[in-house]
Formats: sequence, C-alpha cells, structure tokens
Amino acid sequence: MVGDGSATPVLEVRGLSVRYGPALTVLHGVDIEVPAGAVVALLGPNGAGKTTLLRALTGLLPFHHGRVTGGEVLLEGKPVGRANATALVRRGMAQVMEGRRIFAELTVEENLRAGAVTVRDRRRVAEVTRDIFAAFPQLAHRRGYQAGYLSGGEQQMLAIGRALMSSPKLLLLDEPSLGLAPRITEQIAERIVAVGAAGTTVLLVEQNAAMALSISEFAYVLQAGRVAMGGPATVLRDDPDVQKLYLGDG
Amino acid sequence: MDKFLQLLLSGVALGGIYALVALGFVVIYKASGAFNFAQGGFVTLGAYMVYQFGTDWGLPFWLALVLVMLAMAAVGMLVERLVIRPMVGKPVFTVVLITLGLLLIIEQVVRAVWTMPGLVLSVPWGNGRSQLGDVTLRHADLWTMVSAAVLLAAFFLFFRYSRTGLGMRATALDQEAAAAQGISVGRSFAVSWAVAAAVAVVAGVMLVSRGGGALSPAIGFVALAAFPAMILGGLDSTGGAVLGGVLIGLAEVMSQGYLDVSWLGSNVEVVVPYVLMVLVLLWRPEGLLGTRRVERV
Repeated sequence: MVGDGSATPVLEVRGLSVRYGPALTVLHGVDIEVPAGAVVALLGPNGAGKTTLLRALTGLLPFHHGRVTGGEVLLEGKPVGRANATALVRRGMAQVMEGRRIFAELTVEENLRAGAVTVRDRRRVAEVTRDIFAAFPQLAHRRGYQAGYLSGGEQQMLAIGRALMSSPKLLLLDEPSLGLAPRITEQIAERIVAVGAAGTTVLLVEQNAAMALSISEFAYVLQAGRVAMGGPATVLRDDPDVQKLYLGDG
Repeated sequence: MDKFLQLLLSGVALGGIYALVALGFVVIYKASGAFNFAQGGFVTLGAYMVYQFGTDWGLPFWLALVLVMLAMAAVGMLVERLVIRPMVGKPVFTVVLITLGLLLIIEQVVRAVWTMPGLVLSVPWGNGRSQLGDVTLRHADLWTMVSAAVLLAAFFLFFRYSRTGLGMRATALDQEAAAAQGISVGRSFAVSWAVAAAVAVVAGVMLVSRGGGALSPAIGFVALAAFPAMILGGLDSTGGAVLGGVLIGLAEVMSQGYLDVSWLGSNVEVVVPYVLMVLVLLWRPEGLLGTRRVERV
C-alpha cells in the first residue's frame, strides 16, 4: 500500500489474524508494510488491536494466551513463522513496550545490559552503551540508580535505550508518549526521529496522532482489528476523517 | 571466651549449611516466584549419590562430588521441564504443592534405592580436628565454611556480571518484558533449577559430614530449618540467604550452648530460630535484605 515497491520492506504483514483464548478475535486480516529506513505510524482508538499487532510481531502473544490464526509476517522478506520472542530479537527486532516496563529494581546500567543479552561481544555492548548515554545524558548521570526511581520521561528514555542495545533493524514502539508531559513527549519524538535518521526502521504505535504524523513518513489507521486507512503521513494529516477523529479538529 | 569462640565457629559452619540450602530456595523463588519444597529432597538425594559414586564405587571424593553436582543439575532441569514448566501461568500455589509432592517422592525413592541402614559417607577430612589454643576446629566445619564461601561468591559474581545471571534477575522481575529483550524465560527457569539442585549436593554432603557421616533419608528435613534463615534474610535476596543462614546457625548453636532454661524443657535451640524469624518479620516484613518494591509516589 505504501513504499515505492523497489526494495524489500523490512516488515510485511499479510492478512494477519489474531485470537485470544477460544473466541476473542482481535485482528482480522491486517496488511501492513514498513519500508526500510522509514518511520511508520500506526494510529487508532483504544481496543483497535494496535498492541495486539505488536505482540504478534514480536512473539509475545503466548504471554496473553493469544495466537496467530491466519496470515503471515515477513522480516526482510523472510517469513518469521512461529519464531519466539528471543529468536525475533536475534533477527533484528526490538521493542519499547506499552507502559515502559523497565526493570524497576535493576540499575539503569543493568537495564541496558538486559537489552543486550543477545549480543555476545562485550566490546560491542560497551560501545552501544556509550552511544546511548551520549544520546540520553540524563541516563548517564543516573547509571547506578535503581531504574524505578527515575522520572516517567527518564524511564521512557531508558526503555528506548534498552531496546536499542541490540542494534535492531526494526524498532517497534508502543505509545511512548503515554502519560508524559508535552515537553517530554517532544524530547521523545526528537529521539525517535534521530533513531530513524541513524538508519533504524521504526514502527510507532501512538494515541498522540499529531505527534506521530509529524515525525512519520507513512501511517496506518487501525479500527476494530482492520486497517481502515493507510498512506503517506502528509495525506493522512489532511484527511478530514483523520482530522475529526484523531487530531481534534473540525 | 573459649566457649564463645568454639560456639561461634560451630554456629557459622552450621549457618553456612543453612545458607547453602536457603540459596537453593532463593534462586528458584527469584526466577519463578515459586517456593520449592523439593529442595530438601535434592539435599538428601545429593548426599546419597555422593555416597554411591564415592564411598561405594570408590571414585575419588572430589570427582564424585563434581559428577553428582552435574547429575543433580540435570535432574533439576528435568524436573523443571517435566513438572514445573507445564504449570507456567497456573497459580503459584499449585506449583508449590507439586514441589511438596516431589519432596515426598524423592524421599521414598531414596528409601527404596538405599535400603541398607547405617550407611556412612566417607569424606577426605573424616573426623579430623585441630587445636587452636583451647578452641577445637573440626575439619568438617572448616570445609563447610570454605565451600559455602566459595559457592556464595560464585553466586554473587554470576548474578551480577554474567548475561545469564542478569537474564534470570530480569525474568524474576517481569517475564514478558524479559522475553521482549530476547531473554529466554524458559532457559532462566532451567538454569535456576539446575543451580539449586547442584548447590543442594554440597549442602547435603556438608550436613552429613557435620553429623559424622551417617546417612539418613530424613536429612532433607533440615531444609525446614533453613526456612527461617531464608525468610529472615528475605525470600528474594541471595545476600539475605547468607546473612539469614549465619544468623540462624549462630542462634541455634549459641542457645544450645548458653540457654539452659529448664522450665522450657530441653532443645530450646530448635525454637530459637523461629522466634528470631518472627521478631525480624515484625520489624521488617520483607526480611533483612529482601526487596522493598520500588514505588514512586
């Protein structure tokens, strides 16, 4: 639906359906494409299935008694099949979960190391840690603190830093602006832009549509488990429905 | 003063054994939030297997010890895989009851395999003792302290610096978030059971050697004495297990040596650890070094 069709997209989702338990179907044949190097936004109301889509992509459905009932996911053109969460991280996916989910009782530095468990090379871990501390100076000052004592914004930065520790090809973020002050949201948005500029492909799930559309090239709108709209972010920004429903205009 | 030093030595050594048993509980509790009653069974089985490999089949003691630790690590992983893993997501209570069943099964297996009564485990230090002034150092106590110290240091380094150890700590805090980082939750569980079972072997051997080498299928019940140690120290704290173990060991030995409260009858030392535990819990419900949940207001 989006992209110029020449290069293999980093992520392709084809007809993905997901069910929780015996009867609750949450996704009904979702198609999404995330071109290499792009920042793609995924919008939609609460309960549309955004988080479920991320869980399905990253192998976390079993934690919620969910399973894929149809369709397929391709990472760099190769089907992921039934790969588990660990295998998917090794293949270049990393995520910032909804609600940050940092390890509150571990230190900032240990949280970052936890994001790098799939990286064998200790020197590489040290290098990436240095880069992340350079990008998030607040974290560097607090590297020995228990992460639970950080502010909400700092915890979100830690969650992003932790996800970047595995040097992912594709970074998935679930509502990184949730519960943060506008000024902090702005900082987070800047970091996401920087991550994209550094060559990591980004899939950004957001309620804050204005922020998401301002930093993404493409966007999809998910409604009741189906893709309702999709296209270049500039087009969606000008769409009357999107404006009415998500941007608070009209 | 000599009596005090003597008791101190003996108490710390006993505390080392409690610490090792408590450590086995803590490592599994930390990874999976489950309380493993079968730990006492691992202690018994480990001691009997070292007897089998070393004393009976004549392998050198240290070789037998290492082989049995490896074998028990495998047993621990097997138990986790077959009995515990299928219970993931079920109430912790169910898992705890299963481990209690395992304890009883292991004890019966030991009774069935080693039917001869009066088996004696031979250890290289035997019943040796050295005189330091007026204080007698039993070599069994010395070896207990040394092996406990070495294992505890290894634990500390493992959890703090290794990727697997960090992964286990992360798994204990938030399984799903750990999986999202690429940490294998199943592997964390398996390793925790392997480590707990291997440590139990050392605890079992030291316990038997402290009692002069006599084996009994009931030695696993000393694990019950490690309860107050672990709860006192903090269920989820390895450092707490050590501290709690030593405190309880000291309390037990000291009260045995000094407390002569005839109106309480004999064996006051059996009760003292629990009294200590209750007092500490009243003051700090999470135990001496247990984690206070971090909550920002």
